[in-house]
Order: sequence, then structure tokens, then C-alpha cells
Amino acid sequence: MVSFWSVTASLATGLITTGKLFFLTLVFALPLGLIICFGSMSRFPPLRGLVKTAVWIVRGSPLMLQILIVYYGPGLLLGLPLLPRFTAALVTFVINYACYFSEIYRGGIQSIPRGQYEAGQVLGMRRSQIFFRVTLLQLVKRIVPPMGNEMITLVKDTALVRVISVYEIIWMGESFIRKGMMWPLFYTAVFYLAVNGLLTLLLGWFEKKLSYFK
Amino acid sequence: MAILEVSRIEKRFGDVQVLRDISFTLDKGQSLAVIGSSGSGKTTLLRCLNFLERPDSGTIAVGGRTLFDAADPAARSEEQIRRSRLHFGLVFQSFNLFPQYTALENVMLARTLLAKEAPDYKSRRREITEAIRQQAVDLLTQVGLQNRLDSYPHQLSGGQQQRVAIARALALEPDILCFDEPTSALDPELTGEVLKVIRSLAERNTTMIIVTHEMGFARDVADQIIFMDEGVIVEQGPSEQVIGSPREERTRQFLRRFNQE
Repeated sequence: MVSFWSVTASLATGLITTGKLFFLTLVFALPLGLIICFGSMSRFPPLRGLVKTAVWIVRGSPLMLQILIVYYGPGLLLGLPLLPRFTAALVTFVINYACYFSEIYRGGIQSIPRGQYEAGQVLGMRRSQIFFRVTLLQLVKRIVPPMGNEMITLVKDTALVRVISVYEIIWMGESFIRKGMMWPLFYTAVFYLAVNGLLTLLLGWFEKKLSYFK
Repeated sequence: MAILEVSRIEKRFGDVQVLRDISFTLDKGQSLAVIGSSGSGKTTLLRCLNFLERPDSGTIAVGGRTLFDAADPAARSEEQIRRSRLHFGLVFQSFNLFPQYTALENVMLARTLLAKEAPDYKSRRREITEAIRQQAVDLLTQVGLQNRLDSYPHQLSGGQQQRVAIARALALEPDILCFDEPTSALDPELTGEVLKVIRSLAERNTTMIIVTHEMGFARDVADQIIFMDEGVIVEQGPSEQVIGSPREERTRQFLRRFNQE
């Protein structure tokens, strides 16, 4: 009989993969999203059009499909060697989430009143000073709630990488079905709830930190 | 002697000519009120002086030096414009304080950023910061907010916020301080405290341009008045004369309408 502890250990291995995917996606997608955001707000119409089309494609098609294309595409279409499974998953997640983040950034930037930029300008500030000293913190405050939503979705979306056999939590839980055990599958949910619970606390703390101004 | 010389400014937005052939001068220590109905171009004029809008033609000179010449594209680099802006201060209708900073920090910020450009900033950092802080405290005391130094904008009334904004604009010691309808966003009972501050600045001979709808205030405080209509200066002269015995029919009409309200 498989013990509770060996199931836990097995799911924990999956959790490491899930966690790695989650953190690395954030590390790369948060800055990439800002770059995409600047592209989608560019004053150069061809660039703006290109970026907006790309964002539409990425946000408008299933993440699972994107994972499959990134993993199998280079080999089947171009005859290139396959990317390692985890790398393919990470690349897809970074691109996908960067597109979502870019729209959150854009909404945040556009919601900051023009007067804030103008006040900085008439006080002789440079563009970069206005960004870093005036608008950035206001932007962060505005985007924390929608970013929190995306992060929670990201935790759960990591389960999709099982389509290319990356061994994340649910894959590990499912492997016990062959042994006729259902409960490890329910048990996987505990891991997601715990991670998202922590994340919710962390985001709440951060929001509170920024509540000293309006 | 004229500290400000504005010559033949024109500005259009698309098909709309917002400013036509605007020329005037302002002497050091004098205050100028700009009056006129909404859409007459007053605010656009003020925004041109602060380089938030670029005039299509004309020149702006301060202290005998041309800061802006629409005919000379070389003078329009971002850095050049940033430098030119330092000659002017602007107090906005909607205050535009930085919400994440206290009153004191709002007043200190721009000055601190400028000080960092000085070559000896690093070695004299503490001394410079203390001087900037002291200046900010003095300015906030001058506008009657010595007890609210550490308040955030959202904790202040509109009148208090506008007084912080005035202190913030004064901190850079501009040659000319501009006000864009400084009391229009305020409840009537709060306009008095802001007008009092502007009045005291006039008494200290601060060079000012005030776009306002407060006719009585304009007459009492301003040395000169410009009346604008549809983008042109209809009449300009000493304030008593423009309000008391306007020469132009359009000015008379405007003031009559105003007195009826």
C-alpha cells in the first residue's frame, strides 16, 4: 500500500516543477510585458499594429495549443531538434503571460492623469525622472489587483504543461490512478489552494503597504 | 524693464485657430491677469508659455533671451525645452500634486532632482538636502501650512492642496509664476484662502500671470489685465482701466455678462 507520505513526496516533486515554472514565468514575463506594452502604445503605427496583432493572437488562442506548437513546431515544420520539454513550456508561458501583463500595464499607464506628467514637466523633470519618481509607484498601486488575478490564474495554468509530459503536480497525482487510488488527485488541489492562499496573503500585504496614498 | 516678451504667438489645433497674433510684455515684479470666456485661448496661452504646447509661430523671450522661436527648430530639443521651462512655474486648476508624497516631499522633489545635477552633490549631499528642506518648510509656512508638512494630498482640503501646489511651484524660484484658474476647482468657501496667498505674493512683487474668472480679484491684485476673445487679445491695459472703463465693446459685453451672473 502506498503511504500518505510517499504520495506527499511524489506530489512535492511535482510542486517543484510547478513552482519553477511559476517563478521563472514571472521573472521573464513581467519585464517583457512592459516592453510589449510600450510597443502597443508606440507612436509608430506599423510597430503598434504588429504588436497589437501579436497580442490578439496570443490572448485569443488557447494556451494549450500554444504549448503544443512551441514544443512540436520547430521539429515538424523546420526540422530543428525539439526544445527540452520544460524549456518549451517556459517559453510559451512567458510569451503568453507577457501579453496579458502588457494589457494590464497599458491600462494602468493610461489611467494615470495627464496632469501628473505635466506637473513633472513644468517642474523641469526629465522623462525618466517623471516615470521613476512620479508615475511608477502610482502605476504599481493600480496594477497590483489585476496582476494578482493573473498570478493566481498562472498557478493553475501550469497544470496545462502535462500535455507535453512535464511532470507537474497533477501529472504526479494522476499517476496514482493506475494503482486504483483516487484521493491523491484530490490531494493535488490542496497544493494549489496552499500556494494561492499564500499568494493572496502576500498580495494583500502589498496592497496594504501601498494604501498610504490615493 | 520687461522680463517677459511674447511676440506674435499663433497656435492651431487641427482646423481651429486657438491663438492669433498674441503679443504682450510683462515687467519684473508686476502681475498680469488674463480674463475672457471659456474657449478664448487663455489656458492655451499659459500652456504655451510653459511649453506644454508648442506655438506654431512666434517667439518667447525672458530677461532679453529668446527661449523659444518657432522658426528655429534647433531650439526645440527636449533638453532645451526642459531648461526653458525652469523660467516659468505653473499652478494648475486641478492642483496635480503627487499623491504618493507628503506636502513637504512634493515641494522638495524637483529641487532635489535638480541639485543632483550639480557636480559636487555627492560630497555636500547632507548640506544641500537640509537647505532644500528648510526652503520647503519656509514656503509651506508662507502659505500657512506649517502644520501639515507630513500630510499626504488626499488628507488635505482642495484649498490646502492648491496652497501646497503654489509652494511647490515657488520652490524652483521661477522668473514668472503662472496660475491656470487656480480657484475654479474649489468650493466657494475655499477660494478665499488661495486668493489670499496669491495676493500676498503680489505684495512681495512676484512676477505673475493669472488666468482667472474672479474679476474682483483680477482688478484688485493685477497690475495689468489682458482680455481675450476667440484667440485674440481684444484689450490690454492697467487693471483699473480695463475693468473700470473698458475701451472695447467686446470687453464691455463680457464684463456686463459677468456682472449679471
